[in-house]
Amino acid sequence: MPLIRAFLAIIRRDLLLAFRRRAEMANPLFFFVLVVTLFPLAIGAQPNLLQAMAPGVIWVSALLATLLSLDSLFRSDFEDGSLEQMLLSPHALSVLVLGKIVAHWLVSGLPLLLVAPLLALFLGLPEQAMGTLWLTLILATPLLSLIGAIGVALTVGLRRGGMLLSLLVLPLYVPVLIFASGAVDRAAGGLPVGAQLNILLAMLLAALALAPLPTSIALKMSVN
Amino acid sequence: MSWIPAPVSRFFHRTSSPPHFYALADRFIPWLTAIFLLLLGAGLYGGLYLAPTDYQQGDSYRIIYIHVPAAWMSLFVYVMMAIMGGIALVWRMKLAEVMLISSAPIGAGFTFVALVTGSLWGKPMWGTWWVWDARLTSELILLFLYLGVISLYGAIEDKRSAARAVSILALVGVVNIPIIHYSVEWWNTLHQPATVSKLDKPSIHITMLVPLLLMAIAFKFYYLIAVLQAAKLELLKRETSSQWVKNMLEKQA
Repeated sequence: MPLIRAFLAIIRRDLLLAFRRRAEMANPLFFFVLVVTLFPLAIGAQPNLLQAMAPGVIWVSALLATLLSLDSLFRSDFEDGSLEQMLLSPHALSVLVLGKIVAHWLVSGLPLLLVAPLLALFLGLPEQAMGTLWLTLILATPLLSLIGAIGVALTVGLRRGGMLLSLLVLPLYVPVLIFASGAVDRAAGGLPVGAQLNILLAMLLAALALAPLPTSIALKMSVN
Repeated sequence: MSWIPAPVSRFFHRTSSPPHFYALADRFIPWLTAIFLLLLGAGLYGGLYLAPTDYQQGDSYRIIYIHVPAAWMSLFVYVMMAIMGGIALVWRMKLAEVMLISSAPIGAGFTFVALVTGSLWGKPMWGTWWVWDARLTSELILLFLYLGVISLYGAIEDKRSAARAVSILALVGVVNIPIIHYSVEWWNTLHQPATVSKLDKPSIHITMLVPLLLMAIAFKFYYLIAVLQAAKLELLKRETSSQWVKNMLEKQA
């Protein structure tokens, strides 16, 4: 089986598994909406305050929602032994891992785009920033999945890896958070956002090329 | 590995064997301590007594003799950890793993000292203990990176796999440090007024610079002493059942 077919087979299998458990798929979405709802309750419902904080609040919530969904990336495969099969397969593990990450993003990252307009409405984000919010979500959520995969691969063998995972991964998310929420913030103020989007794209391309390698080495370590 | 001359490679093989390293560390530590104390004394005397008072900041600038070397060391130790991690991953060298793990708490300590002294200096200068200044913020994130390394190592039961996991994490971290640093710097210039950066780096006079450099070298020696001691302890913990530890204990008893 050529490499590209193995890659596509992994994506198909993971998508199929995810669609068989639809209830779980919706959880990160609910979490995303819920966290954003908490902010007006905690800091009061003044429209200008909420509007000023909207890009940051949406992006921190998206980050936490991704973090929460990361644990499912390798967990079930690790427990039922299919991860070992993947390690034994003749194909490069990093490519298979990339397939898993892509599937994970399609299931948990892409749906965030659907609810983003709703949240922008809740927080009174100006309409002109909506396009940029979508663009940053498209560029940056796969980046979060790619970076997060390294952390998951390191902690998948542990029984309670959840807290540790956030300690490992959140510091690495800092640049993504800065550029993504910065872009939305500038767009809301009517400023150009080309630089931020370019940097996000550059980071995404670098992560696409680099992140699967440490992830596969870490998986080998965890399965061992 | 024919491009490495035989005596050098022999030296590395000998040094990387735990009992040999242990004895070597024991022999080096007193000398390193002597050099460290000498440099520390000279640096402190130069910095606290000989160097003139700053015309703007008064005597409170003298905290840089601790703050700046600690901040330098916090980065230096992380890079050292990444190098050790690379060696540990490629050549599976036990000693590199031990050095990596022993460096982590020391590096975290330097980072913490840099943060605390920065905040102490900030109180009289900026009027507040904490400012979301670019350098302070990236130092704080560096502290989190260190804490991640330490707790990942603690969380994995099997210490050989834990060392491999930590090596990967250190390498990923070292690639990310410049990205984090520059993005934080960029974020800061977007959100904060520029008053901070004017105070941040005054050009420095030679009488103030020399003690600073002495302190920086003294901190390097301190790191060497601390990492060798920690590595000795880690080796003893890992190899409790091996023959050379038993022999050594019998000799001491």
